[in-house]
Amino acid sequence: MPFDALLDPLFVQPFFTGLAFAVLLPLLGAYLRLRDEWLAALAFAQTAAAGALLAMLAGWPLQLGGLLAAAAAAALKSVFEGAARGVQGAAYAMLLVGSWGASVLLVANLPLAERLGHALFDGQLYFTDRDHLVAAAICTGVAGAGLFALSRRLLLSHFFPDYFRAVGGSVRRVHFLFDLLVAAALALATMSIGVMSAFALIFLPPLVAWAWSGSWRRSLALAVAVGVVAYVLAFLGALWLDQPFGPVLALILVLVGVLSGVAHRLHIGL
Amino acid sequence: MSAPATMLAVCGLTAGYVVPVLGPVSFTLARGEIVGLCGPNGSGKSTLLAALLGNARIFGGEINKAPDTVFSLQTQRQPPVAGVPLNGAELLALTAAAADGLPPALAACVGRRLDRLSGGQRQFLHLWACLQAPADVVLLDEPTNNLDPDGVAHLAGALRARAAGGAGLLVVSHDAAFLAAACDRLVRLGGNDDAV
Repeated sequence: MPFDALLDPLFVQPFFTGLAFAVLLPLLGAYLRLRDEWLAALAFAQTAAAGALLAMLAGWPLQLGGLLAAAAAAALKSVFEGAARGVQGAAYAMLLVGSWGASVLLVANLPLAERLGHALFDGQLYFTDRDHLVAAAICTGVAGAGLFALSRRLLLSHFFPDYFRAVGGSVRRVHFLFDLLVAAALALATMSIGVMSAFALIFLPPLVAWAWSGSWRRSLALAVAVGVVAYVLAFLGALWLDQPFGPVLALILVLVGVLSGVAHRLHIGL
Repeated sequence: MSAPATMLAVCGLTAGYVVPVLGPVSFTLARGEIVGLCGPNGSGKSTLLAALLGNARIFGGEINKAPDTVFSLQTQRQPPVAGVPLNGAELLALTAAAADGLPPALAACVGRRLDRLSGGQRQFLHLWACLQAPADVVLLDEPTNNLDPDGVAHLAGALRARAAGGAGLLVVSHDAAFLAAACDRLVRLGGNDDAV
């Protein structure tokens, strides 16, 4: 039975590693969605994967490579802070496509990179160890505290950008700090659950939660609930069906998103 | 009885972005005073507000602010709210503005999401959040846009109450009747000051 797996020490560490990201990523995703910057999240995750592959070739720790690459992507993104929406989107798309191209070429030409590349793209949750769990716990604690500290300023800079500047706030600085949090979280999440699983957790739970929530606070709680429930179902379902975790999580979240969208349309009478 | 403390003194200001679009203009704003800024489109009313906060280029003259003056600014720029689950009470909380004094009809729906309010209701909440934020000087740019006559009348009362509480208010508007009703003094860009 899949529930027995949760008592198996072999699966306890992977379970809690993924659970930490299932809590953190939907929270970050809500603020990314507010800024309509979901494409940047995918670019960060893909860049982190490329950074991990390069770190492996250089003999560096993979997580360090992923973090540095994602941080560089966040810094690059800040260059486009004041640009028009279309220019920003084009920059994120180029970063995403460029990172993907570099990663695939590394995987195709270097035998050592092949296995890691597949793990990064598909997710390797069941093979994560204590180091991944510690990194996930620290990341969730630090990023959660950072998000708590930045939350009001992020909302203020979005809804009252001129007022925010008038009281001495720097929109660019607040957004850059937030991007660093997102980049770090996505880099570490990518090492554990894979590029698309991390992206699915950051994008889909807030999408569902926004439709059904009457306040920002409730939307955060609902996004976390959707992320955690989908994650637990995916973790157990993948074990039970002997399938890779990443695609199972992605499909569960897409199913929830579609059902939520249909139910919401029926609810509002469209 | 001593005169109210001057919080803002603008002297011979010429400002703009690439080239000057405003000035020279001079005026003062004292604590508890409501000053209206009027003038035709393109006369630099909004540029003046930007210059006061350091967001426009100053070509000449000077701006003197009382030490530690805290500014609040309301502009017409509002982000799209479709689909965003933020309600009116949360919007006001962002600037630490109290909901007390809102028009009763709006106070009754302050718990609703912004995307389920009318454009006028959202405009009033946005305006209210900036007007009631903790500040010594409140700058308002075309605050009557999208408001119905009752909203405009309520706003005029709220401005007077805010000024009575000690804030200085500088109001940009094309609505001459509103400025005449709400302000102590008018500054015509390119003209002379008028007492109301």
